[in-house]
Amino acid sequence: MASTASQIVAVTALNLSNLRQRVGSSIVALIGITGVVTVLIGVLSIAEGFRAVLDQSGAADVAIVLRGGATDEMGSGLTLEQTRLIADAPGVKRDANGAIASPELYVVVDVPLRTTGTAANVPLRGVSPNAGKLRDQFRIVEGRNFTPGKFEVIVGRGAVKQFKGLTVGSRLRWGTTEWVVTGLFADRGSVAESEMWTDATVLQGAYHRGSSYQSMRVRLDSADTMRSFKDALTADPRLNVKVFSEKQYYEEQSRTLTTLVRTLGTAIAVLMGLGAMFAALNTMYSAVSARTREIATLRALGFGAVPVVISVLAEALLLGLVGGVAGMLISYFAFNGMQASTMNFATFSQITFAFTVTPALLIQALIYALLLGLLGGLLPSLRAAKLPITTGLREL
Amino acid sequence: MKFLPLLWSNLQRKRLRTWLTLASIVVAFLLFGILQTMRAALTGGADLAGVDRLVTINKVSIIQPLPQSYLNRVRSVEGVRIAMSQDWFGGIFQDDRNQIAALTVDPKIFFEVYPEYSLPEAQRAEWQADRAGAIVGSAVAERFGWKAGDTIPLRSNIWTKSDGSSTWDLKIIGIYSTSNGDNSSLYFQYDYLNEARSFGRNNIGMIVMRIADPSRSADIARKVDEQFANSSTETKTSTEKAFVQGFANQMGSIGTIVTAVSSAVFFTMLLVIANTMGQSVRERTNELAVMKTLGFSSFQVTAMVLAEALLLTVLGAAIGLGVAAMAAMSLGQAIQQFFPTLGMPANTYIIGAVLAIGLGAIAGALPCAQAWQLKIVDALRKA
Repeated sequence: MASTASQIVAVTALNLSNLRQRVGSSIVALIGITGVVTVLIGVLSIAEGFRAVLDQSGAADVAIVLRGGATDEMGSGLTLEQTRLIADAPGVKRDANGAIASPELYVVVDVPLRTTGTAANVPLRGVSPNAGKLRDQFRIVEGRNFTPGKFEVIVGRGAVKQFKGLTVGSRLRWGTTEWVVTGLFADRGSVAESEMWTDATVLQGAYHRGSSYQSMRVRLDSADTMRSFKDALTADPRLNVKVFSEKQYYEEQSRTLTTLVRTLGTAIAVLMGLGAMFAALNTMYSAVSARTREIATLRALGFGAVPVVISVLAEALLLGLVGGVAGMLISYFAFNGMQASTMNFATFSQITFAFTVTPALLIQALIYALLLGLLGGLLPSLRAAKLPITTGLREL
Repeated sequence: MKFLPLLWSNLQRKRLRTWLTLASIVVAFLLFGILQTMRAALTGGADLAGVDRLVTINKVSIIQPLPQSYLNRVRSVEGVRIAMSQDWFGGIFQDDRNQIAALTVDPKIFFEVYPEYSLPEAQRAEWQADRAGAIVGSAVAERFGWKAGDTIPLRSNIWTKSDGSSTWDLKIIGIYSTSNGDNSSLYFQYDYLNEARSFGRNNIGMIVMRIADPSRSADIARKVDEQFANSSTETKTSTEKAFVQGFANQMGSIGTIVTAVSSAVFFTMLLVIANTMGQSVRERTNELAVMKTLGFSSFQVTAMVLAEALLLTVLGAAIGLGVAAMAAMSLGQAIQQFFPTLGMPANTYIIGAVLAIGLGAIAGALPCAQAWQLKIVDALRKA
């Protein structure tokens, strides 16, 4: 047993030390594996980033109330009377100014994308003074908040990076009114950072919405009161509404896009993995055939088949490891934190997010790279072990 | 021709390597075919948009309506042949997840505005006569098992009826066919929606028009917008292509990035393959010298090396693209909820052929040059 171990060490060391002679074909396999890992991480980091935004957007103790039948804020509608009934429901948290609830409007306006200059549907949310209290981390990072009653907007940190002309002090013309950007706000990287906010009553006027709203956010006493709050609203004959927890609402919105991106990403990665595996197989087969004489000599000297197999596998795994790590580094520096925006199908509006390379993703990719190396080395190593010694020695 | 057996036996020399190389080529071109399909899908069929159609929307944003009176004013603009309004319905069937692209149109002129759509004559008449009639794409009909004559309750996530309900009963008149890949939409009468909806009555979502002379589209678009300039509801008119393209751009950089990264990898794969193939020729240098000694000309030897490389790449590309075309069909079905796709674009084959020949040429180039200049004595001494 000890001798097998020392044989393995000796043969593997010998094998790796003359790797330099096969550097050309090894680099070919390396490039293949690096490419696969880079693309795999790159694509999946889109899904991660998108999910991260929507995941952290939702609090479990905040409820979103929509009109019955609506699937998102855009298509919903609530009357002033309904919003008052909702604010009075049991389980709603209160402070000195009454219920912590914000009836809101959600519309989109055309703002050009920075990348292409073509118009994109950027969400414009009309909020009540309580909106900040419903989003724990909300803060103004530049300029000041909008003044209620004026045509002023504040812009999310994500939106200002993706869309043109939204910096503090910019003037925007929508319809017959001119709006001024008075500040930028941040909210822990949530979906709100893709939006612009203004005073709900001003927006009602500008969009001819009378006194109606579209959705209502309500802070509850605790996440546990969600059920009783929901039951109270659905039992009320004066209301025809749908209640979600904010968390659940955003989870449902992220599902479509993350599934789409993951499916496509995985399909591409598997395909490219096949390509890389063929390259690795080719490399390892030619490595074995180049060493035919050497291996036969070793066997003739009394080395066993196992150390030979392991030495070839070790070389293939090394290729996988180096390729995997290179891909991890490239993709991390190329993609992590990259800002992007896309259409959120659920609300028909833009959402901004950052590519997010998570540790789990890196490990997943590394495992994939090692697996490719292993598969690429397995068959060639078996061939090396089965090589008849006498013919091997006769080879050129 | 007589060299073919020789070519074949050269490829058989290291059968495993040949197979692996061929497999890599197949995979590379499969990836290429799928990338092309994805790119075509992500541009949202902008290439399929009618060149003679313009789209007018509210200047503030597409979700803001236009007054119905605008339709007639657009029709009166010189150069406009026909114009029709559309409203986005936001259709949902049974479960919230089953979203359907449902739009209201005018059945009397729908097929004139969109000549690429067709429906049997009898069904056309029936559709015009039936207020609650709807026509659907084949994919959506198949998905939910709808057939002509069925009445389906379609819910809207936007519109409610005056009685507070948001479910609209529609009668399936027939299944349209179209050449633009849109097989998952549903179209029904504007009047049906407009009369029953509880708000937004006598508004329209957007106007689609056909113009007589596509070369004047910019001019006509400007004239349309001038009609409504400085009113409380200004408009933005663009060609259908620009409209669709703008919509596709909203998908954002995701598609671009994925395509860019994958293309980079595709080209790397090609280089890798070229290297492997080149190597297999280099190993045979002294064999080429023997052939030259036997009287083969430099040209013949070079041509044979090149032919061997091309045989492999073209064969691999053909298989790869063939598989990609099939994969594109199933991929198309998986994502047609988001983008209409026509499968793999036809020009993929042409680009693929060029790439395959280019790949073969690159793979063969260096060994070819060597084979051409090969001095017999030097080469024979190499072994």
